[in-house]
Amino acid sequence: MTNYMSRKDLTLFLGFSAVVLLMPLWLAPFGAGYPDLLQRFMIYGIMAVGFNILFGLTGYLSFGHAAFFGVGSYTAVWSFKLLTLDAIPALIFAAIVSGLFALVIGFLCLRRSGIYFSILTLAFAQMSYNLAYSVLTPITNGETGLQLTLSDPRVLDQVTGQTFVGQPVPTLLGQQLGGFTGFYFCAFFLIAAFFFAQRIAGSPFGMMLRSIKSNQTRMQFTGFNTRPYALSAFVISGMYAGLAGALLAVTDPLAGAERMQWTASGEIVLMTILGGVGTLVGPVIGAWVIKYFENILSALNDNILARFWSFLPDGVADVVVKVTSKFVGDGWHLTLGLVFVIIVIFLPGGIMEGVRRIGAAFNRRRGGTPDRATQTQPAE
Amino acid sequence: MFEVIFLQFLNGLDKGAAYALIALGLTLVFGTLGVVNFAHGALFMLGAFTAVTVRLFLTMETVTIDPTQLSPWGQPLEVREPLVQAWLGDFGGVLVNYSVPVSILIAIPIMLLIGIALERGIIKHFYKRPHADQILVTFGLAIVAQEVIKSIYGPNPIPQPMPTDLRGAADIGAWLGMQANIITYPIWRLIYFLFAGIVIGAVFAFLQFTTFGMVVRAGMADRETVSILGINIDRRFTIMFGLAAVVAGLAGVMYTPLLPPNYHIGMDFLVLSFVVVVVGGMGSLPGAVLAGFLLGILQSFASMNQVKAIIPGIDQIIIYLVAVVILLVRPRGLMGRRGVMES
Repeated sequence: MTNYMSRKDLTLFLGFSAVVLLMPLWLAPFGAGYPDLLQRFMIYGIMAVGFNILFGLTGYLSFGHAAFFGVGSYTAVWSFKLLTLDAIPALIFAAIVSGLFALVIGFLCLRRSGIYFSILTLAFAQMSYNLAYSVLTPITNGETGLQLTLSDPRVLDQVTGQTFVGQPVPTLLGQQLGGFTGFYFCAFFLIAAFFFAQRIAGSPFGMMLRSIKSNQTRMQFTGFNTRPYALSAFVISGMYAGLAGALLAVTDPLAGAERMQWTASGEIVLMTILGGVGTLVGPVIGAWVIKYFENILSALNDNILARFWSFLPDGVADVVVKVTSKFVGDGWHLTLGLVFVIIVIFLPGGIMEGVRRIGAAFNRRRGGTPDRATQTQPAE
Repeated sequence: MFEVIFLQFLNGLDKGAAYALIALGLTLVFGTLGVVNFAHGALFMLGAFTAVTVRLFLTMETVTIDPTQLSPWGQPLEVREPLVQAWLGDFGGVLVNYSVPVSILIAIPIMLLIGIALERGIIKHFYKRPHADQILVTFGLAIVAQEVIKSIYGPNPIPQPMPTDLRGAADIGAWLGMQANIITYPIWRLIYFLFAGIVIGAVFAFLQFTTFGMVVRAGMADRETVSILGINIDRRFTIMFGLAAVVAGLAGVMYTPLLPPNYHIGMDFLVLSFVVVVVGGMGSLPGAVLAGFLLGILQSFASMNQVKAIIPGIDQIIIYLVAVVILLVRPRGLMGRRGVMES
C-alpha cells in the first residue's frame, strides 16, 4: 500500500474516512446527527468532489452541473420503476446515462473556454430544465415530479418474486435504506468518490488537467491534444453529479425538474468556492457547511432568537431580534450571499486557505518559514 | 397569413426590447470595464422594485370617516384617499395613476447611485482578478440584492397597474391601412418598445456625439493610451457603469405592468440576456441590441402553435439553441470584433 499511495495521501484518506464514518457521533452535539441531514452531506459532498475535478483541477467553470444531477435522479427513479427497487442497478444506470449525457454536452461545450464555456453549459442546463418541464413531461412527469407507485412494472422484482407492502421504497439486497443504513450507504460512495478523486489528482492524468488549467495554449504548442483530457474530466465530473443525483433519489425517491435549475448549479459553485477550490477536502467541507447552515439557520425563528438574545436589555433585544431575524429562517440565503461575497473578496481560496493562513501565522511565530498561499487561476 | 406573421413579429418586440436593454447594459459594462457582470439582472430587478416602492409611497392613504354617508353594512363610510391626492388635488390623482412612468424620474438617480456605489465599492477591486472571480463576486452580489428585496417585499409577485388611459389595445392594422381589428396590440407593449428605442438611441447618441462619449469609446478601444494622454478614464468608466445600471433599472421599471415583479425576476432575465450578449458578440453594442430584438422575435415565432406542432417544445429552448449554434459556429457572435474574447 505504501508504494501505491504516498504516506501523506494515505493519512489524508484515512483521516477523511474516519471523519465521515464517525459523523453521527461528532455531529450530534451540533444538532446535525440525524440521518436525513447526514445523507445530504454525503450526496452533496460527492457532487462537490466531482465539480472540483472540473473546476478546481481543470479550470473550467461550469454553470450547468445541476443538469447531470437531475439526469442521474431521473434515471435512478426510472430504474426503480421499470426494473427493480434495488439501489445498485439504479446507481450504475445513473452513472452511465449521466456520463453519456456529459459526453455529448462536454464535446460541444469544450470547444470554447473561459466565460463562453460557462455560458454554453448554462444554456444546455437551462434547455434541459425547460424541456423537463414541458415536452419531456412523459419522462419527467413535469411539475409533479417523478415518483414511485404501486403499479410500476418492476420487471426484475416480478421475476425474482419480490413483493412489497405499502409505498415502495428503494432497497439494497432486500434491506431498506432508510435512516443510518442509508447514511452509511451514501458514506461508502463519498469515500469511494474521494479516493478516486485523490487518485486522479495524483496521477499523470491529473497533472495533465492541472496544466490545462495553468496554460492550455502552451500545452497545445508542446504537442499535446488537450481536448480529450478536458473531456474526460468533464465526463467524470458529470458522472459524479449523476451518481449524487441517483443517491438523492435512493434516499428520497422523488425526482423533480427544479433539481436541474441553474440556481442548483449555482449552489454547487458556492459550495466549491466556499470550501476552497482546487483542494481535495475543501469542496466537501463547503458542501457540509452550506447544507448544515441551510438546515440550522432556516429552522430558526423569532422565538428562538428572542430566547438567545434575552440577556440583553429589553429594548435592545427587540431590535437585535428584528435585525438578526432577517438573516435566518427564510432569509438564510442572504447570509449565504454575504458570506460568499466576503469569501470571494478576501479569501479566494475559501475555508481551506483560511486554515492554511492560520497555520502559516502559527509557523511564523515559531520561526518557521511561512508557505505562500497559492491563488487559483482558471483557464481563459 | 401575413397578418399572423406580422402579429407574431409585434409580439416579439416588447420582449426583444427588454432583452436588448439588459444586453446593452451588460455590454456597456463589459466593453468599458471588462467585467462580466452577473449582478446585472439584479439591477433590472432593483429598477422594477423602485417602481413598486414609488407606488407604495404614492398610494399611502388617509382614512377619514364620513358620518354623512353609510356603507352597505350600515356603518359610517370610511373614505380612503391617497395622501398625494389630498395634498395636490387632481394632479395627485394623475400621479397615482401614472405611478409607473413617474417612477422613471426617481429610478434614474437611484440606479445611478447604486451603480456607482457598486463599482467603487466592490467591482473596482476585481479588474485584475480572473474572469471567474468577477463572475463569482457579481453572482454573490446578485444573491444578496435578491434576498434583501425578498426580505422587504416578500416572495410573491407584486402586480403594478398600468395607467388607465394606456390599458387598451392599439389597432395597428388599421393604422397601416389594413382591415380593422385584425392586428391589435396592447398599447403598453407598444410604449415599452418605443421607450426602449428612445433609451437605446439616447445611449448611442451619448456615446457618439458628446465629448464624454468620445473619450469613453476611445477608452474602450485602448484604455492604456487614453490614460497616458492624461484623461481620468477610470472615473468615466465608473460613470458608464452607473449608466448601465440606469438602463437596466429603466428596463425594469417599465416592464412591471407587463410582468408583476418578484425577487427573482432579474435572474430569469439575466440568463437570457447573457445568451443575447453572446449571440450579439461580446463587447459590441449594436450587436447586443440587434440580437436582443432578433431573439425576442424568434421566441415569439417559436411559440406559435403551428411551429410547436412541427417541433414540440421549441419555444422553450429556441434562444439557447440559437446561442449554442452561434457559439460553436461563430464564436465572436453576430457583430463581435475579431479577437475580443474569442477563444
